[in-house]
Amino acid sequence: MTTIAHLIKTFTLWEFVKAHWLTLQYFFKPKATINYPFEKNPLSPRFRGEHALRRYPNGEERCIACKLCEAVCPALAITIESEPREDGSRRTTRYDIDMTKCIYCGFCQEACPVDAIVEGPNLEFATETREELFYDKAKLLDNGAKWERAIAANLAADAPYR
Amino acid sequence: MTSFFQNLGMSYEAAWFTATIAGILLIAFPLMLAVALIIYSERKLWAAFALRKGPNVVGPFGILQSFADGLKVFLQETIIPSASNRGLFLIAPIITFTVALMAWAVIPFADGVVLSNINVGLLYILAISSLGVYGVVIAGWASNSKYPFYSAMRAAAQMISYEVSIGFILICIVLWAGTFNVGGIVEAQRGHIFGFINAYAFNPLLFPIAVMFLISSMAETARAPFDLTEAESELVAGYQTEYSSMAFALFWLGEYANVLLMCALNAILFWGGYLPPVDWAPLYAVPGIIWFFAKILLMFFIFAWVKATVPRYRYDQLMRLGWKVFLPISLFWVFLVSGYLMFTGHFA
Repeated sequence: MTTIAHLIKTFTLWEFVKAHWLTLQYFFKPKATINYPFEKNPLSPRFRGEHALRRYPNGEERCIACKLCEAVCPALAITIESEPREDGSRRTTRYDIDMTKCIYCGFCQEACPVDAIVEGPNLEFATETREELFYDKAKLLDNGAKWERAIAANLAADAPYR
Repeated sequence: MTSFFQNLGMSYEAAWFTATIAGILLIAFPLMLAVALIIYSERKLWAAFALRKGPNVVGPFGILQSFADGLKVFLQETIIPSASNRGLFLIAPIITFTVALMAWAVIPFADGVVLSNINVGLLYILAISSLGVYGVVIAGWASNSKYPFYSAMRAAAQMISYEVSIGFILICIVLWAGTFNVGGIVEAQRGHIFGFINAYAFNPLLFPIAVMFLISSMAETARAPFDLTEAESELVAGYQTEYSSMAFALFWLGEYANVLLMCALNAILFWGGYLPPVDWAPLYAVPGIIWFFAKILLMFFIFAWVKATVPRYRYDQLMRLGWKVFLPISLFWVFLVSGYLMFTGHFA
């Protein structure tokens, strides 16, 4: 009996008909595609994108050159050199991140005692040359200036869970 | 068309020559355009089956995508591998492309609208589609590279196996229609069922071989479940692996011209070609060419649908289906159809 059923199924291409009916149902479903450069998916406040060095509202750099980020960085992407400024406070003279080494783990952000180095929501920083991805202090501070609003909002949103 | 050019004051020979050339151009150029649009529409269809949007950036709804791809390919460098057989390597895509266009000569687009109305049109199509395998085999051989060679061997075996059962299926149709002429086969379908449905496919005796022909034509054009000649997970890109630029584009165009040809053959042999689906006077107000294109597009939708649904066959399964399932069944069907026609006195 099962043999006959199997034969009938084979010769009527039953499984194929069923499969095609299934795909036809998908054919009429709404599309899942996001029209990327014009539409974007929402990002979590914890999203770890491009790095930025922040400043205090009065314009003072937050970074105090404690080098915790440099120490914690598992990819050894961060290089910091520091010396005392004229007013006696310790500040970095060099803060480089090699974005080609960075694995975007977010440890630098977690290690930072003053919320100076953060990973912002920006993920569209592809470049045409490798050299452009060796970020220096000026570039990071510039990122901080550009993305401060979004970063501050994200940090505030995530603060209750920290 | 010959008489039109004769009225312009040409001799009969010159008028015939001009008319034929004009006819060829009138088929070949729209066909190229159709191939470009059909590639675009196929990508859109697959995308829809996979819940994607498909190309939608170049031109309105992305309709110029194929032309953009064509331009890109055209601007690329033609690389000829140093180990290849240069002459054969370059002639292979030309064979594929030319052969794909040649078969369109006997396809009737509407009542009497056919480039050459030869009385053994179906044999001509069978012969031409057999030639198509030469392009693939020569490409695989001339590339002098292992994966294209495997692919060429597979293509040769696959196309020959399925041509055998296609031949028997065509015999059933020819028996019923009583003619080898392609236009004649379409006319024989007029009012075939109950005197008003214009299609062989609704004949219960012919419907199974209509399905078999659809499946065989997918195998013949090396598509979806039978695309073992370019199985990318095994053979890189099959016989096209070593090709680049325009040579690659010619394979591409030839492949899709072949797919369209097979869709057209399905439409002609089983779905009434340029006839409206029902033999009812108001439906004849729509030109036959519109019905024909609508049927081709419907068949093409089925081709794309199958490709979006079914996974690829294993090679031994392909051979088993061809030789141990389709060949006996189609042979039996020739016997069945001819027996039925004998008993009902169809041959008079």
